[in-house]
Amino acid sequence: MALARRIIPCLDCDLAVPQGRVIKGVKFKQHVYAGDPAERAREYEEQGADEIVFLDVTASRERRETMAGVVERTTDEVFIPVTVGGGIRKVDDFVRMLRAGADKCSITTHALREPDLVSRAAEVVGSQAVVVSIDAQRHAVGGGEGKGRTVVDTPMGPSWYECWAYGGMEGTGLDAIAWAVEAEERGAGEILLNSIEADGMQTGYDWALTKAVSERLNIPVIASGGCGRPEHFLEAFTKGHADAALAASIFHFGRYTVREVKSYLAAHGVPVRPVRR
Amino acid sequence: MVGVLDCGSGNLRSVSKAIIQGKGLPQVSTHINPDWEGLVLPGVGAFGHVMKAVGGLAGDLLGFLDDGKPFLGICLGLQVLFESSEESLDEAGLGLMKGRVTRIAAAKVPHMGWNSIQLAGESPLFEGVRGGDYFYFVHSYAARPDEDVVVATCEYEGREIVSAVEKDNVHACQFHPEKSGRIGLRIIRNFVNMSGGGR
Repeated sequence: MALARRIIPCLDCDLAVPQGRVIKGVKFKQHVYAGDPAERAREYEEQGADEIVFLDVTASRERRETMAGVVERTTDEVFIPVTVGGGIRKVDDFVRMLRAGADKCSITTHALREPDLVSRAAEVVGSQAVVVSIDAQRHAVGGGEGKGRTVVDTPMGPSWYECWAYGGMEGTGLDAIAWAVEAEERGAGEILLNSIEADGMQTGYDWALTKAVSERLNIPVIASGGCGRPEHFLEAFTKGHADAALAASIFHFGRYTVREVKSYLAAHGVPVRPVRR
Repeated sequence: MVGVLDCGSGNLRSVSKAIIQGKGLPQVSTHINPDWEGLVLPGVGAFGHVMKAVGGLAGDLLGFLDDGKPFLGICLGLQVLFESSEESLDEAGLGLMKGRVTRIAAAKVPHMGWNSIQLAGESPLFEGVRGGDYFYFVHSYAARPDEDVVVATCEYEGREIVSAVEKDNVHACQFHPEKSGRIGLRIIRNFVNMSGGGR
């Protein structure tokens, strides 16, 4: 058997309350509070999740201790890998989260602002704990442009992808594929690749983007953004060559369990870790 | 009591919590306590880094093992049992097992994620585990033993990866049982049982 493709539920966390709480929402609108993060993580582990990602959507430094508490309460009882994203700005933040029981931390904006953070974090905590998350915005390529831009053939036509910062609020002009390559060179152990266009739409992953990054890198790539149906996971793996796929709403709203998604994938020949009852 | 050796790296908290789930009583320490009934050496980071921390304790460790008490190495805790590693050429390993550690020659490194293992022999550590069960791996280097110590392997990109070794009371897994869900906890529980209940 081969290495299993990983299914990773993502829990968006609001840390403005003492214990933290999970947010369900579509494109950061229509927030619904959906319980205790540790509790939800345990449910997902039961269902057969291969990893859990906690994303601090408040992403403020003051709330880092709240997140550390969430991680501690979770890893008291959850024995699968846990990644923390949002609010990680310094090497110390990595160390703090790993000490709390996390296995990896993901950085987006702070990696773009300070690429050296990737190298320094990898040196201290090891590459396996450093996930560089990339928020990529697709732009159609008209012609003429192309300087330093990687053109990708997508179902929407030839496109290039721009790194966005601050939770998809600000363009940087930087080529997302070139940045993924640089992040690997700097010691990232994994790339979490999020399509801004697809995010929250539930119309499928941007597998053309996933494929473009995956085939240029020697580290695992996690597809993110756009998942609404089990078929979308299949596309991420077969067309996008993703090593793992992350999703939030498909699981939060109870439409599918991780177990159902894995049964579907197994039936379609994708190697997944079976869920033991 | 089951000791968890703190080498300044590794996921000590998760290992301790897994021991508690296995009904053992963990104690984290930078020194080897002779009262421990079993000893776990977790390891995340670099070979040289872990060896610097463990090297000074080699005498105590050998004494502990001479008493016949069980040892469990996890990830780098497996690799440092061998004689050397390509990762840190200046830093020799413990040499408790013959062989060396080499970089995984695959397209995607680290070997990260859940992989299914094949059992290569009987081992009390793997009681209740079946061939084909999945465990969580994350490593860039792998052991190449020169003696018959392998009890489990997995396949990655067509290559065989040594996944667990055993020699007398020294046991080690390349994967992380403390991050491998219920089946991983079974391995920790087996180890606690080997440590006489570890309470």
